[in-house]
Amino acid sequence: MTAAAADIPLLEARGLSKRFPGVQALAEVSAAFHAGEVVAVLGENGAGKSTLMKALAGVHPPDAGEIRWEGNPVRIPGVAQAEALGIAFIHQELNLCENLTVAENVFLGREPRFAGCLVDRRTMKQRTLTLLDRVGLTVSPDTEVERLSIGQRQLVEIARALARDAKLVIMDEPTSSLTARESARLFEVVHDLKSRGLGVVFISHRLAEVMAVADRVMVLKDGRNSGSLTKYEMSPERMVQLMVGRELDPSRRRPMEVIPGPVRLEVAQLRTRAWPDEAVSFSVRAGEIVGMAGLVGAGRTELARVVAGVDRGLSGSVKVDGIPLRPGRVAGALQAGVALAPEDRKEQGLFLEMSIRENIALPGLGGQQRFGFVRQAQVTAQAEQMRGLLGIRTTHLEKPAGLLSGGNQQKVVLAKWLALNPKLFLLDEPTRGVDVGAKAEIYQVIESLAASGAAVLMISSDLEEILRLSDRVLVMHEGRLAGEVAREDLSEEAVMHLATGTNAV
Amino acid sequence: MKNLLTNHSKTLLILALLIVLTLVCGWLEPRFLSRDSLGAVLKYAGLFGVIALGVSFVILTGGIDLSIGSWVGLCAVLFPVLLKEGMNVGEAALVIAGLSVLAGLLHGLLVTKLNLQAFLVTLCGLFIYRGLARVAGGGREQILPSDQDWLRDALVLGRPLAGWPVPAVFLLMLGLAVVAAIFLNLTVTGRRLLATGRNEQAARFCGIGTSRLRILAFVICSLLAGLAGVLFLLDSRSALGSSFGNSYELWAIAGAVLGGCSLRGGQCAVAGVVLGSIMVAEVRQAVFFVAGDEWKEFVIGVFILAGVIADEAFTRWMAARRVRA
Repeated sequence: MTAAAADIPLLEARGLSKRFPGVQALAEVSAAFHAGEVVAVLGENGAGKSTLMKALAGVHPPDAGEIRWEGNPVRIPGVAQAEALGIAFIHQELNLCENLTVAENVFLGREPRFAGCLVDRRTMKQRTLTLLDRVGLTVSPDTEVERLSIGQRQLVEIARALARDAKLVIMDEPTSSLTARESARLFEVVHDLKSRGLGVVFISHRLAEVMAVADRVMVLKDGRNSGSLTKYEMSPERMVQLMVGRELDPSRRRPMEVIPGPVRLEVAQLRTRAWPDEAVSFSVRAGEIVGMAGLVGAGRTELARVVAGVDRGLSGSVKVDGIPLRPGRVAGALQAGVALAPEDRKEQGLFLEMSIRENIALPGLGGQQRFGFVRQAQVTAQAEQMRGLLGIRTTHLEKPAGLLSGGNQQKVVLAKWLALNPKLFLLDEPTRGVDVGAKAEIYQVIESLAASGAAVLMISSDLEEILRLSDRVLVMHEGRLAGEVAREDLSEEAVMHLATGTNAV
Repeated sequence: MKNLLTNHSKTLLILALLIVLTLVCGWLEPRFLSRDSLGAVLKYAGLFGVIALGVSFVILTGGIDLSIGSWVGLCAVLFPVLLKEGMNVGEAALVIAGLSVLAGLLHGLLVTKLNLQAFLVTLCGLFIYRGLARVAGGGREQILPSDQDWLRDALVLGRPLAGWPVPAVFLLMLGLAVVAAIFLNLTVTGRRLLATGRNEQAARFCGIGTSRLRILAFVICSLLAGLAGVLFLLDSRSALGSSFGNSYELWAIAGAVLGGCSLRGGQCAVAGVVLGSIMVAEVRQAVFFVAGDEWKEFVIGVFILAGVIADEAFTRWMAARRVRA
């Protein structure tokens, strides 16, 4: 690293803020990335890592703050401007055209030409070959991308960045879907980029790989800078501390008075398509709220979907009150008293154009008919009852659900399945994107549901929420149950260690 | 957020458009408002309305059926052939209904179980049924036996009321529309079908058997196309396998789209489809008077294009107004 490069950062951000409806994603975040340096960005789910990267790459320009490129103030209103400066952003879901060849992808949008309009395929191929060599990928430039593995595609993306003369490569969770060997290969390339004087920034959840690769880590928490560690200061403990380190007011925790009842849900050796090699077993008792923590992609949602019959598992069994559920049958699961409130309320939870009343009625419509006709009075009465119970704020129940605020939409989602009086309620991110007031109301409903004897399994990436509501917490890491934390041992650090696979507990 | 506009106000708008269209046509060509002319309009609205209602069920669930015209042709040829084979009217109707259910089942199963695209499946149907219609008709025009003219009077032509023609087929179509509206709005299955069209993923989370409902939509569509095949035959008294019903699916889709159905699925009001079918029939008739029959495709194309652009503009205007409010 030259002295000049060390003094003036390649890219510097000062006081970046970004607000999305209902959430302050970034608050006054500052960061500096130097040439010839590899920086890892760490943080819990929702800490603002991706938002920061997207702000720097022009995907979501920030609302406030200053960005400097090689010391000069710049504005990056779009991806094109970022690319022109020399910033390459590699999305988590890669951005390649699967049915084009490697060479076509590498030079997409800036193909070498002759006669002004024809693509100069020979030059393109030759230059691709050089670039592929630099990233250590030994495939022909004529290979179609759909035939490459995820790891190979990752390298093609890097080759594309090099073709654009990028000086700073930003990668959003590059290793989340790579095998150990592919990750190692990727980091060799990262090392090579660094030695050629490029700056590399990557987001990761794997502390071990951060330790191995990064020169520096930058930690975000709740959209703010939480700290930064140099190579010599790094340790899993310190990183986790910076990521969490939020004290929970004990008075806000649920008073423990419930003595769990009989086993309601028993999951045995369940394997899902997302993690076919991992079998998961656990149980939930009546009256219990079991939190399920883990990082995004740890396999929690997939598990819940199989339990609720939305998907089929690869093997294993799901028993409710000792009776096995038929796999892949939502209607059957609903009949057995199992309800799943899905994580994505706009795509999975709600019919945005249909009325609140009808949204609430739909899961249980089969039980509200006479000779096949909907019993309107009954449906309306039920919707009224749910509106009161959950405090859904709306002028009338015939309003399309899509016109409600996020918090009220989420209440409608819960009402849909709460109206069925579930014996087992699976909640997937029950308060994502919901304001504080609605959150508290939703917590009350969940608690009273458990108090009435239902079993609750709550998937959440919000550690505060997990700690506040759970009687015990199951933690998943890369498809398996990394461990269970009992109520008396609950702390953000205990959960985070299991979730990131650094079992230092 | 798009199309939050309630179907109610949209249907009223379409009704207003229909009235304006009628007045404009009458002003351009006074003969358009004559009893005979209006009778013809209502007859065609009835005939095409039956298939438009059918296809709107498929469109509602996000699919499309291109095989309707060929299926109309096949059933129109088959009906006289079956009668000649010695069947009575009831038996022939039962055979046609049975075959129609089978065709719909086949479309639905291929689309839901094999995950094929509805466009492709029914495009193949378009060719296959046309081929079968030609084979079944043996290259000759199949003629309705003259002893069946009573059926024509009863189901298609009807009796004049106070000197004004009221085609039976129009009343029949209205009856079917009422049944369809009751089904979609008041029954459990109907609401689930609508929900499936609006958001199939969310419907699956509600425990709704979305595949079955989508199959049901194809069955309803083919069944109504089969019925329409017989009605069209009764109207014209004869059918040639190679051409009868050609491109009728497009007229049916036109009626549904003019009635406010979105090809993205999830949007269909039965009343709108009825009004849309009447509009299509009016435009056909008016063009016949004003410019000559050869202009009808051109005009209907321009008319629909104007309709969807107006719809889009109106939706945006409503959304903008809502934001300001």
